[in-house]
Amino acid sequence: MRNTLFSAAALALLAPAAFACEAVTLGDLTIEHAWSRATIGATRPAVFYVEIRNGGADDALTGIATPAAAMPMLHETVVTDGVASMPHAMSVPVPAGEIVKLAPGGYHGMLMQLTGALNEGDSFPVTLTFEKAGEVTVDVEVVPMRAEGPSCEGGH
Amino acid sequence: MRRRALIGSLAGLAAGSVGYMLAVGAWRSRDQRATDDPRPLPLTEMDWRLTDHRGRPITPADWQGRPVMVFFGFTFCPDICPTTLLNISDWMEALGADADRLTVALVTVDPERDTPEALADYLSNFDPRIIGLTGSAEDIARIAQDFRATYRQVPTGDGDYTMDHTAGVFLFRPDGGLANIIDFHEDPAFALPKIRRILG
Repeated sequence: MRNTLFSAAALALLAPAAFACEAVTLGDLTIEHAWSRATIGATRPAVFYVEIRNGGADDALTGIATPAAAMPMLHETVVTDGVASMPHAMSVPVPAGEIVKLAPGGYHGMLMQLTGALNEGDSFPVTLTFEKAGEVTVDVEVVPMRAEGPSCEGGH
Repeated sequence: MRRRALIGSLAGLAAGSVGYMLAVGAWRSRDQRATDDPRPLPLTEMDWRLTDHRGRPITPADWQGRPVMVFFGFTFCPDICPTTLLNISDWMEALGADADRLTVALVTVDPERDTPEALADYLSNFDPRIIGLTGSAEDIARIAQDFRATYRQVPTGDGDYTMDHTAGVFLFRPDGGLANIIDFHEDPAFALPKIRRILG
């Protein structure tokens, strides 16, 4: 029952969600499943999640930029002795042959000083800068605050 | 530590078997209770007074006789707090009507920005049974002390700040005694048996 409902919902969302599921390649890197959560207004920071597959040599994600926020930064959620902190990450390692996920509870982009509220169904570009591969821009899908990710087939 | 790794691999092997995972969860729950320290006071020994997101005063006495789930967070938190609220909303959905008996509260560690109205706005995105609690800086310091929870402001460099804070979810029995803590990075599947135990 739940599966049927879920599939129906997934199908209904397929068209608008397609861009988040499209893979963008940059050399040996494949970048996909770029998503963010809707915000309440523009004063709270937003989040940026993405998946990077590296079919080549070791690289690192060193920065993000977007017209949606004046101060986007890479952060990592770390829980030490039960206390969560969110240190700034100078870079996110993207080792050869691995899939690196910016995902809830780990590495993520923190989009501070939003230029406007992010609403469900919006999309906005984020440019990722890699140490070796250079720059690439992806479209980011804004999903509801309660969503756990974009509704891509096999996108987990 | 080796026990945990063993449990992890066992759980991985049995990923398809919900019954098995629930059994492991229950086993782990007992293990957790013996190792986590320092613990919050029992609710009956706590002494704080806060305001909920609807503007009503709340004290620990209001929670007596009900199972309680409490966690600390703030609404300007982009990653961990929505994730925790999402997990909790999923658990409550899985528990169905049983979760109606549960008091579920987010205590803000950022009373400066999290007014009752700000909490109400934010919580409208999650399970409507979750309440938000705020108060003065002193009020928050007091409840944090009773919970042995910690928090601190961390400047983000643009004149703004974020918060470090205790991340676990505290579970109390209806008699006010601490039953368990759900760790942030714990498999959410292990949480349900812990919550069912306080529901009795």
